[in-house]
Formats: sequence, structure tokens, C-alpha cells
Amino acid sequence: MKSKAGKKRCSRAASRKWNLRLYIAGETSRSIAAVENLQALCRKYLPVDYNIEVIDLSKNPHLAAGDQILAVPTLVRRLPPPLKKIIGDLSNVERVLVGLDLCSEKTS
Amino acid sequence: MARPQRKAAEKRGIAKCRTGITGLDQIMEGGLPKGRPTLLCGGAGCGKTILAMEFLVRGAREFNEAGVFMAFEETGKELGENVASLGFDLPSLISHKKLFVDHVRVERSEIEETGEYDLEGLFIRLEAAIRRVGAKRVVLDTIESLFSSFSNTNILRAELRRLFQWLKSKGVTVVITAETGDGKLTRQGIEEYVADCVILLDHRVEEQNSIRHLRVVKYRGTTHGTSEYPFLIGVSGISVLPLSSLKLDHEASTQRISSGIPQLDAMLGGKGFYRGTSILITGAAGTGKSSMAAHFVQAACQRGERALYMASEQSRSEVIRNMRSIGIDLEPWVEQGLLQFYANRPGSFGLEKHLVTIHDLATAFNPRVVVIDPVTNFLAVGNDLEVKSMVTRLIDVFKSRHTTAMFTSLTAGDSTAESSEVGVSSLMDAWLLLRNLESNGERNRGLYVLKARGMAHSNQIREFLLTDRGVRLVDAYIGPSGLLTGSARIAQDIREQAQAAARKQQLARKNLELKQKRQTLESQIAKMRADFEMEENSVLRDVEDLELAEKDATLVRTAMGRSRQAELARSHGNGRA
Repeated sequence: MKSKAGKKRCSRAASRKWNLRLYIAGETSRSIAAVENLQALCRKYLPVDYNIEVIDLSKNPHLAAGDQILAVPTLVRRLPPPLKKIIGDLSNVERVLVGLDLCSEKTS
Repeated sequence: MARPQRKAAEKRGIAKCRTGITGLDQIMEGGLPKGRPTLLCGGAGCGKTILAMEFLVRGAREFNEAGVFMAFEETGKELGENVASLGFDLPSLISHKKLFVDHVRVERSEIEETGEYDLEGLFIRLEAAIRRVGAKRVVLDTIESLFSSFSNTNILRAELRRLFQWLKSKGVTVVITAETGDGKLTRQGIEEYVADCVILLDHRVEEQNSIRHLRVVKYRGTTHGTSEYPFLIGVSGISVLPLSSLKLDHEASTQRISSGIPQLDAMLGGKGFYRGTSILITGAAGTGKSSMAAHFVQAACQRGERALYMASEQSRSEVIRNMRSIGIDLEPWVEQGLLQFYANRPGSFGLEKHLVTIHDLATAFNPRVVVIDPVTNFLAVGNDLEVKSMVTRLIDVFKSRHTTAMFTSLTAGDSTAESSEVGVSSLMDAWLLLRNLESNGERNRGLYVLKARGMAHSNQIREFLLTDRGVRLVDAYIGPSGLLTGSARIAQDIREQAQAAARKQQLARKNLELKQKRQTLESQIAKMRADFEMEENSVLRDVEDLELAEKDATLVRTAMGRSRQAELARSHGNGRA
């Protein structure tokens, strides 16, 4: 979970269509934090053409099976491929960026 | 003794949820704890998933309780295919809303963890699934695989604890499967959270036979069987085989069925065996055990009853061919579907597997009569004690189904005549002993009824003949040197026949003599009568002559008198005139 600053090279994503889906369960503080963290992160790192869909499973429980959601909050990167899942409240920005393939961990 | 206790426990103790799995409810004294989670742990391939699935399928089919199967390892399709061989039609149950299978797939490689999270998604899915079919039973198979999907075990443990509490609050009976590992019940120590009931499955190889065992490690709030019970996965699901299942509450039938040999029926109070009893036939090699069994089977088929013949020495066609030689043709019964053969070498698989196969056959075919020929062959698979316990359970199976079972048992030579090899004679209701009787340089077969519970039976030793028209029992001759059998009996027979013939001749002679005497007598009588008649005639003639002469004399006298009177009168008249 811990990552040392400077060891990562993060860049703004290439201009492709992005489609993200955030699964939450009810208006909990953790859900709200996740939504806010995601919005901030997208503004900063994603191209203009992105789409965020927030799904509240407490209202639409049947949607949980489609993306195999167990943990909430879960962020699913549907586009661009491949499918990626990031669980948690997205407070660790660096881990999120790694999960979204926006950062690559230095191999050296 | 045990039954009232158990009933009391059921009344006072916790509510139970019947699994419907053969034998398991008996061990659990009613079933799993209702509305509580049960942990089912065991190593790989010991039948956890099947047991859990059977719990749901039987719940839906037999108790009309819908179920949810949450699979963490297999997809719904795979599961359906895996249990189809056990006769569980998952697609049909699913379409009838009796079952819902949810496959939860978690790929760790796709997941990045950032910050705090919980497993609310799982709860929501589970709740949706339970609501969808109105489930009363839930299976989580294998929830421990979550530990390989999520790295934060602290969150996982807290969430699992919350999950089990939540499931309890839902009032569903839950089975959670887990893998054993490192000498612990579960790899991740889930047993800490699921403390109500723990069942351990085990799969091990003993003397080259793999046997599965089941043990109830823990069951709060109730008594339960504590031993390790063997169980099998048969064609109709799991069967747990409690050794102590002999409840001895079988209903006794007063109906009698023929042994197929009229003379033997006569020895058994004239009517044969009681239905639903166990019959043991012991004897050395070649004493005719199988032939008696064939008679028994044939008699059942002739009554239109189904019969099951389990042969462990001969194949089906061998039995049919060999029995033809004594005039019993079993083939038509096989063709009519009344007779089923199950021929298998005992060594081909373990004792428990045999037991379950027999049990499954008995359930599927539902025979009224079963022959196990011979039961001693199972000794090749297990030791005395195991075979005895197996036979005990077999008897139990058959008795509870009112099936009359005939067991043949091979004894070594004639030395152990009155002890059956597997030591099961005390369990049997009737015991026929076949013996080789050696005398005068020949070997003959003898039969006697050693015991027959509940009926008056003959105490006589009968000679037992295998003829081309089946088994025949002949009355034995008791000679000065004991029982006469075989040629000695035949010699005795001939002697008696000769004596009878001689007697007959003598009688005829005497009769003839008498006849001749009578004839002589009668001819003498006739002659005497003729003589008498002749004499009588001559006497009569004389009498007639005499009478005639007398008449003549009278006439003369009268004539003379008359003439004298006239002369007198004339002389008187002349004088007066």
C-alpha cells in the first residue's frame, strides 16, 4: 500500500474515451469520500472525454452481479480495456493511478 | 433407551433443519442447527461441495425450502454438470425458483486496493439472492477463497464476522465450506466465527481402499453422534453410514414366503420364511448354497416380486448357466425385469462403497427379495469387525425396507460348521446349515435348520439332493450307524423295496391258497348236496309207494265189509215172510 514519492512516473492519460463506473452502497461517508476522490482525480488526470457512472447497490442490488462486485466502494474501469477494478475509498491517489494504468511502477 | 432421550433433546434443544441426506440427520439427531451457520470443512476432494449442494437440493425437493448457492470457485454451469450425475437437476430447480446459484468470481489480478472498503457488495448480492427465491437455506462455497482475493485480512475477518451475524439475523440455515489445512480445521480460522456447528469431512486411504469419513466436531446446544462415520457419494447423493443405525424398530411381518423348496417350507413350520427377515445359509464349498439362493429368487419371481441377486463369485451369465443345470431358468425373469443381477468383485472397491451401492440399488430397484452370495467374500476387503458392521447395516437397510434378505456364507471345511465366518449368525432370523456328510466313501449333502426365529421348525437333518429339477430334500434314514445318506440310503431303500416285494408275494400266495381251499370246500359241499338230493328222492319215492299201498289196502277192506253186510241182510228177511 505504501509507495515512495518519486518512484512513480505519472502522466496525464492519452486522449482516449474513458468510461468509469463507481459502485457504492448507500450514502455512507465512505461512499461520499470515494465519489469526491474520484471526481478530483478524473479532473486532474483524465482527458476531457470521460464518463463517470455512480451505481448505488443499495438501490439497484441486481447490478452487483454484473461486474462481480463484492467490496464497496469499487471503481471499475470499463473503457479503455482491459477491465480494471479498484476497491476502497480511493484515498490513496497513487494506488488509484496505478490501478488505472496511469502510473507505471518503476522497474529499476 | 436412546430414543426417548433423543426425543426429549429434540423437544428441549435447538430447532433443527433436516438435510434429507441419508444418515446425516440421524447423526446430527435431527439435522443442522436451524437459522444458524454450520461450518463444513475438509481437504480437497472430500465432498464438501456435493454435501452442501445436496443440502440445498433435498431442501428444495423434500422440504420445499428454497436455497441459495453462492459459489466462489465454480460457475453455476460447472456445478450443474458436476452434480447431474447424482440425479440433481439444477437447471430445473433454478427455473422453478427453488434454487439460485450465484457465482462470485474474484480475480485478484484485476483488483487494486486503495483505502477503506467493506464487503457490502457481497451482502447486497446475498440478500438479493435470498429474496429472489425466498431462500431458507444458504451455502457459501468456499468463502475462504475471499482471503486469496483480498489482501487486507483485517477487513475480511471483520466483514466475515459481520456476515455470519447478518445471516443469523436473516434466519437462514447456512452451510459454509472451508478447506482444512496445517492441522487446523480451516486455513483462515473461520471456525472462530462459525461456532455453532462444525462438521469435518475426511478422505483417506486404508488398505488401498479410499474411504470418506464424516465427523461432527462440534454442535452447540444438542447431543450428536461423535464417532467418525464413513460416508459415500453414491448414484443418488451422499449416504452417511452410522454404525449404530440399528434402531430395532422395524415392524415385524407375519407374512410368510416360500423358500422355493416345498420340503424346506415344510421344515419351516410348513409355510417358509417370514417376510422381511434375514436368512443365513452357511456351508462349505459345494454344499449347494447358491442353488438354494436361486430357488429362493425363482420363487420370488414366480410370485411376481422383484428380486436382486448380488453375486460376488460368478457373473450374471455364469449364475444363469449354472442354475440351468439344476433346472432353474432365471433368464426369463431377467428379461421381464423382475430379477436384477449385481455382479462385482468385492475387491474392486471398498466395503463402504459396496454398502452404498447395495443401498442405492435397493432404493432404486426396490426388490422384495435380495440374495447376497456370498457375504464372506467381503472379507477380502475388510476385516471381521468391518464386515460384521457392514452386514449389520445391510440387514438394517433391508429390514427397514421389508425386504427379505438371504446371505450365503462360506465356511472353511466342515470344522466350523456352527460358526459363520463373519460372525453375523446372531443377527440373522433364520439360519440354514448345509453340511457335507461323509460316510461309506462318499460325500453327500445334508441340510438342517439351525434356527428359525418365531416359528416351529423341524430338527431333522435332511439329505439335500441337487437334481435336474432343482433341489430336493429327502427324508433321511436313521440306520444303526447313524444317518444314512447317498448310496447307503439307496441301498437301504432297495432293501426295503425287496422286503416289501417279498411281503407282497407272500400275501398273494396266501390269498391264492385260501381261494383254492374255498373252491375245494365248495365243490365238496355241492357233491354232498347232490348225494343228499339223490337219497331224498329215493326216500320220497318209497314213502309214496307206501302211501299208495296203504290206500289200496283200505279200499280192499271196504269192499270186503260191504259184501259181508249184504249177505247178512238177506238171511234176516227170508226168515219172517
